[in-house]
Amino acid sequence: MALKLAPEHFEAIRTHGARDYPNECCGMLLGRAEGAKKIAVEIVALNNLRHDPKRAQEVLPLDEPGLESERNRFLIDPLDQLKAEKDARARGLGVLGYYHSHPDHPARPSIYDREHAWPWYSYVIVNVQAGKPGEMTSWVLSEDRSRFDPEEMESSGR
Amino acid sequence: MTVKVIIPTPLRPYTANKDAVELEARTVAEALSNLTAQHQDLRKHLYADDGRLRSFVNVYVNDEDIRFLEKDQTPVGDSDVISIVPSIAGGCPLRCICS
Ligand SMILES: [Zn+2]
Repeated sequence: MALKLAPEHFEAIRTHGARDYPNECCGMLLGRAEGAKKIAVEIVALNNLRHDPKRAQEVLPLDEPGLESERNRFLIDPLDQLKAEKDARARGLGVLGYYHSHPDHPARPSIYDREHAWPWYSYVIVNVQAGKPGEMTSWVLSEDRSRFDPEEMESSGR
Repeated sequence: MTVKVIIPTPLRPYTANKDAVELEARTVAEALSNLTAQHQDLRKHLYADDGRLRSFVNVYVNDEDIRFLEKDQTPVGDSDVISIVPSIAGGCPLRCICS
């Protein structure tokens, strides 16, 4: 599948990454799957629950809390996710995937990203280098969970 | 009691592409066990080898996380909606091995 985003969607993800730097940002990609394409209609910025370490730890514990924080981890509040998805469904949209930023790290998925990934969803990563948004990539988990395959991103243009 | 279970997109290949399944149950545990009896491939995605729900899987009854209710013994009644919400998490490599 290829992921089709409008120029304002690319911009929204970059802006969010820069705004939350040096922390990781995250959000949801909403749209429709049509044939072999995922067509984004809306980008929903969500809160990184790792800003609230205590609550985040209840939802999904970290293995090494000394090394892991909102600077290198993100977690979406499942209640935010549930509400955003319900709201999307009422408008005929579905969840195509999620995005997050890699502050001062390349836009390549980490092992942690892969271990927490679900099939089918697009995982968009934007690099934010010294506060400035850089490369953006998209990835889909392989069927056997062994790797992330790069997913083609298209701009729907104007 | 008829409850509705909402299935997230990544798990729909295991429920014959249904986005929701209605079934009879009195607790969350019963609902999920009836669900996985109908759709057996779903089992390994929801439960760890020790038979407990995976930590990457959140279960909500309406707008409440069952972790803060009675876990899988949370009672459900007519018109309750159970949502399976996959944890969405990720991050950067911890020890920089890049470039
Ligand atoms: Zn990542």
